[in-house]
Amino acid sequence: MSGRIIGLVAGAVFRESVRDRVLYNLVAFALLLIGASLLLAQLTAGQDVKIVKDLGLSAMSVFGLFIAIFIGIGLVSKEVERRTIYSLLAKPVRRSELVAGKYAGLVLTVLVNLAVMGAMVYVVLAWLSWGQPAEVGRSWDAPATDPRLLVAMFLVFVQLTLVIAIALFFSTFASPLLAAAFTAALFIAGHFTADLQHLGSVVKSPAVALMSKGLYHVLPDFALFDVKAAVVHGQPIAPNRVALAVGYVVLYSGGLLGLAVLIFSRRDFK
Amino acid sequence: MPPAIQTEQLTKDFAVGFWRTRPRRALDALTLDVASGEVFGFLGPNGAGKTTTLKLLMQLLFPTSGRALILGRPAGDLSVRRRIGFLPEQPYFYDYLTAEELLEYFASLFGCPRSERRARTARLLDEVGIGSERRLALRKLSKGMIQRVGLAQALVNAPEVVFLDEPMSGLDPLGRRDIRSLVLRLRDRGCTVFFSSHILSDAEALCGRVGILARGRLVACGRLSEMLAGDVRGWELIVSGMTAETLAPFAGRLTSTARIAEGRHALEFPRTTAPEALIADLASAGARVVSLTPVHPTLEEYFVEQVGRGGAAQRGE
Repeated sequence: MSGRIIGLVAGAVFRESVRDRVLYNLVAFALLLIGASLLLAQLTAGQDVKIVKDLGLSAMSVFGLFIAIFIGIGLVSKEVERRTIYSLLAKPVRRSELVAGKYAGLVLTVLVNLAVMGAMVYVVLAWLSWGQPAEVGRSWDAPATDPRLLVAMFLVFVQLTLVIAIALFFSTFASPLLAAAFTAALFIAGHFTADLQHLGSVVKSPAVALMSKGLYHVLPDFALFDVKAAVVHGQPIAPNRVALAVGYVVLYSGGLLGLAVLIFSRRDFK
Repeated sequence: MPPAIQTEQLTKDFAVGFWRTRPRRALDALTLDVASGEVFGFLGPNGAGKTTTLKLLMQLLFPTSGRALILGRPAGDLSVRRRIGFLPEQPYFYDYLTAEELLEYFASLFGCPRSERRARTARLLDEVGIGSERRLALRKLSKGMIQRVGLAQALVNAPEVVFLDEPMSGLDPLGRRDIRSLVLRLRDRGCTVFFSSHILSDAEALCGRVGILARGRLVACGRLSEMLAGDVRGWELIVSGMTAETLAPFAGRLTSTARIAEGRHALEFPRTTAPEALIADLASAGARVVSLTPVHPTLEEYFVEQVGRGGAAQRGE
């Protein structure tokens, strides 16, 4: 695989995504939501910083998720449907490089968007804490511009890279609509893997126990990335939790991208 | 020197049906050679398998059996793709890129340095007749303009072999003329051009050789001049010194009579009529022979005959 080709494909994905109005709308909407959190903060004395942190992180996660799913599901299938892939694959581009480039391009797009949204959250928090009396500051669980927020934002990003890998995997063989449905289903199911594990230990049927155990191991574990509550309340995040999340995503995404390349490399474009 | 394009028993089956799939043969044992520097027309009615062949050559499809070589190496080989260009049928490109950006992007995939990319992009867009539209997003361009951009992107690496799938599709008469002259310029530069079309006049104007595909099978392949010279459909005799009245007794032996000037007529008669006897009889009626020319079938007539014959052979008639 050539890093140069992957970089070029990624650059094209990034440029196309940034020019797509849907992306601007999502960012604008995220900014609006942060604005709404400010308004809400006016009504809840003393809790405004916490609410802004909570809402800001949630907005980043939700709007990042929209970008990851709605662009991710079309990364390959749209190229096939619109036949743009015919010209591209006639160039000296391996199919594996195309898949890797598409992935890298959307990861970059999401990273830039999260960075913009994260900066907005910090600006709002700095503005809220500016000029506040010292005793108000002391009543907060953590400083307004707590650097630990960056850890939560980083984990949102790590989580979204996994969502992109899932969307891209489905995009290599399913239509955008089906790929969206499959990705959303996996994302939702991935938040309940702990319940699946618990189900396996309480049911009497060995078949159901085996199935729930199997699903627990196969489904992505999205609960791993949720440190929002801890960060908002100023609790420390253990470095090994972050390392575990990163390692998990590297392995899971790597496996999915490997499968995506395998499927895509054998595919006929009728 | 190996042929620029070579296929051996190239076959493609598609699975059809939802539940119990069965194979449907789209291309049946295509064996074909195209020499370097040749303009080869790949003709056939819709659904004959032309696009399937091109996709197999581009490795957008994998063959069921047989093989395809381009410039002596397997089709799909990365080293081959550096030396070829491809215009897909009804091309479509990225909505939010401009023609300039698209070409620069594709040129960069070939490792073309930035400074050269700019110059090459500008030259190619000039060559295909894209003016100020080059800075508009591609979604704002007309179908004909997109076709021209498609042609430019196929030439971005100065290819040795160019594959064009229905290159005249969506073009107005001026556009078609431009593309024809571009193909001829490519030929003059020594580039091999393989193009599929169902517009026979394009093939007649451009190709040295053609292949005719019907229902996935190659039913005819050869030099256009030889294909059309083979069968004499009849004769055209130009005579002078005759009037409509003096020609009337010969009406039963002629297929058509047309007056082309005062006292001069063009007479057509079937190949079953011996020209010598007819000329002798006309001369005794006062005619002077100006010329006698054998009438060959047009490419369209030849095409219809071959495609019909191919279909009949497949039905076992």
